[in-house]
Amino acid sequence: MLNINLSASPFFDEMLLAEGKHRGHYDAYWQWLQQADHQAVQRKREEAALLFHRVGITFNVYGDDDGAERLIPFDSVPRIIPAAEWAMLDRGIRQRVQALNAFLHDIYHQQHILKAGLIPAEQVLANDQYQPCMQGVDLHRDIYAHIVGVDMVRNSDGQYYVLEDNLRTPSGVSYMLENRKMMMRLYPELFARQRIAPVERYPSHLLQTLRESSPINDPTVVVLTPGRFNSAYFEHSFLAQQMGVELVESADLFVKDGAVFMRTTAGPCKVDVIYRRVDDAFLDPLAFRPDSMLGVPGLLSVYRAGNVVLANAIGTGVADDKSIYPYVPDMVRFYLQEEPILNNVPTWQCRHKNELSYVLANLEQMVVKEVHGAGGYGMLIGPTASKDELARFRALLLSRPQNYIAQNTLALSTCPTFVNDGLAPRHIDLRPFALSGAEIRLVPGGLTRVALAEGSLVVNSSQGGGTKDTWVLEDDLC
Amino acid sequence: MLSRTASELYWMARYLERAESIARVLDVTNKLSMMPIRDGGDQDLQVPLNLTGTGQLYAAAYPELTMPNLVSFFALDNRNHSSIFSCLQMGWNNAHAVRGSLSSEVWECINATWIEMKLIRRQGIGSVGADAFFDWVKERAHLFRGAMFGTLLRSDAMRFIRLGTLLERADGTARLLEVKNTLMEIDGDPVREYYRMDTLLRAVSAREAYHSIYKQPLSRETIAELMILRNEIPRSLLACVGDMVQQLELIGGGANQPRRLAHTLHAELRFSSMKDLNKIGLGVWLSAFLGQVNGIAESIHHTYLEAQ
Repeated sequence: MLNINLSASPFFDEMLLAEGKHRGHYDAYWQWLQQADHQAVQRKREEAALLFHRVGITFNVYGDDDGAERLIPFDSVPRIIPAAEWAMLDRGIRQRVQALNAFLHDIYHQQHILKAGLIPAEQVLANDQYQPCMQGVDLHRDIYAHIVGVDMVRNSDGQYYVLEDNLRTPSGVSYMLENRKMMMRLYPELFARQRIAPVERYPSHLLQTLRESSPINDPTVVVLTPGRFNSAYFEHSFLAQQMGVELVESADLFVKDGAVFMRTTAGPCKVDVIYRRVDDAFLDPLAFRPDSMLGVPGLLSVYRAGNVVLANAIGTGVADDKSIYPYVPDMVRFYLQEEPILNNVPTWQCRHKNELSYVLANLEQMVVKEVHGAGGYGMLIGPTASKDELARFRALLLSRPQNYIAQNTLALSTCPTFVNDGLAPRHIDLRPFALSGAEIRLVPGGLTRVALAEGSLVVNSSQGGGTKDTWVLEDDLC
Repeated sequence: MLSRTASELYWMARYLERAESIARVLDVTNKLSMMPIRDGGDQDLQVPLNLTGTGQLYAAAYPELTMPNLVSFFALDNRNHSSIFSCLQMGWNNAHAVRGSLSSEVWECINATWIEMKLIRRQGIGSVGADAFFDWVKERAHLFRGAMFGTLLRSDAMRFIRLGTLLERADGTARLLEVKNTLMEIDGDPVREYYRMDTLLRAVSAREAYHSIYKQPLSRETIAELMILRNEIPRSLLACVGDMVQQLELIGGGANQPRRLAHTLHAELRFSSMKDLNKIGLGVWLSAFLGQVNGIAESIHHTYLEAQ
């Protein structure tokens, strides 16, 4: 029998209710857990770590001197989502992704939303992530963000909130797939107990989406990686392999006669769709960063002429910038004439004087984020910050308020997680992945990230986070 | 396929094959060193160093030529680029760079080998014993080949892996013959001479094959014939070059130079007898052969692997 170590906490727990009972959708798992032998479970945890190592499911940490590859810790307590709850999330994500793509098309064409005064024009046009070179460029199906990861959290009120949209090169989907494989290998009996929606179709959905992104009949698709020292290299090679397409680096590509080619053993071969896992700035040294050794000289001109597809498009970053995030619900209303299904976290824009003074007055309770930051590096978590950190951010906010937004500290929901002496609640989030081609495709669930340190709210793998398998139930009757 | 990918796969296969042949040579050298043969010992211990051209490096790093020192130099020493550790490391690096082009079985085999290699290096050979270590290297090489044949797509990726293996193998067999069969004088002591030839056969797993084909005592002449001109054993020069020709025929694209060189060499092996080779002199012939194999390797590089 496992020791389940749950003190009464103010947080919403995905499995347990305050009075020591469990939620209905965890019935089957709960029964299994009651019979589970602690030592067997412990053995399986070790087996999982060994297998992940063998398979080489690792990531590189920036600034780690020995360049060692690390495992992302995997926790074998699943995060379970009832069918009805997922149906709502699924609808909400589709709606949001549709609005974001409409917004991107708009700001690089007619700019209706700016003319309507819904978003201050300078906030879009003067944004570092806005790419003037994309103005007037027509993309097939008007899709900019083919692959989107939407980060969601559940607050203590039991509601889901969108924390941020990832429209550039969202990663983590390989862990979603490998986690499922691992769970099925370690605990096959759990999958016999209830109907869990499969996720294995993702690579074939991705390939179909990429093929549909090109007007060409049978396009040649490649995955572009910065190389094996990139932190997400495992995922790049994993996806290329799963889709059966070439994994290329920029030096493998060149531009000739208005088209992109790769260097192959049978001579040059034309490339039609590039699923690029490289930031805008490193795509083409002629257009973006002349100092960069990376990139394919001339790529942008081919792209603008419509002779190659980049997924995601250049310039999508403006729509997932934290300074634009507060307007996403307005985009849904503006472009789709619908009410948003998913809520944003209430957000203060420090560029407004009155909102800044509210933030400064309540700094201890707030999360402050840099608008162009990513990866959890440039942020302040008020409730756990030291006096020095608070003072540092106070100074930063006063000197460059336009660089920051602030949100109430959400009480991220928890999910029981294996720790040394049994199970204990740890905070989690959820990143489902949406693919936009001829239609929008999602596999049920997504990647659940878990903050492994007690009390921590930061789930990023670069900051000591782990992952869990995410189960969407096929029906809620069991 | 991508030239860079083809190049990584080709080199991955070469390094893994090299690790295996080093393990084979060390294994038989180790067994020979345990036999009660006096006087000839040093000369036999020199063989691995002569094969890899690492004599100077060794002399600078180790005070004496002893079997335990040799094992440590060729098994674990990262200063020695021909050590099993170095070969597995370079092979893993190549595989890691293109792991998406491998089946997960092949990749996991190489990755697990490298993880275990690092562990063995930390613990020292003493923890497993030299014999068990060489067996382990051979076993991992078998596993790699089995996973490759059993799971890899029959595409150019596989052909470049095969080419890497075959070129390295042809080179290895020819060098081994050169060192043991032509550079070492026939030993006056028939027992020592016998075991030298016996270990030469064992290094290429051809001892049983020899007896079943020749049914006569070992001689340098027949051993050379088996390892050069007979198609029966997979490590003979004829077998390696014959397979090379097949792989080159299957690779897509119209380039002809590597095919032409391989076919020429194959025809020579196929239609020569030991008499022809002896007329030229076996030593001279072997070094010419090594030059031709090197020419094929260079041509493959130039034609397929270097970005144009």
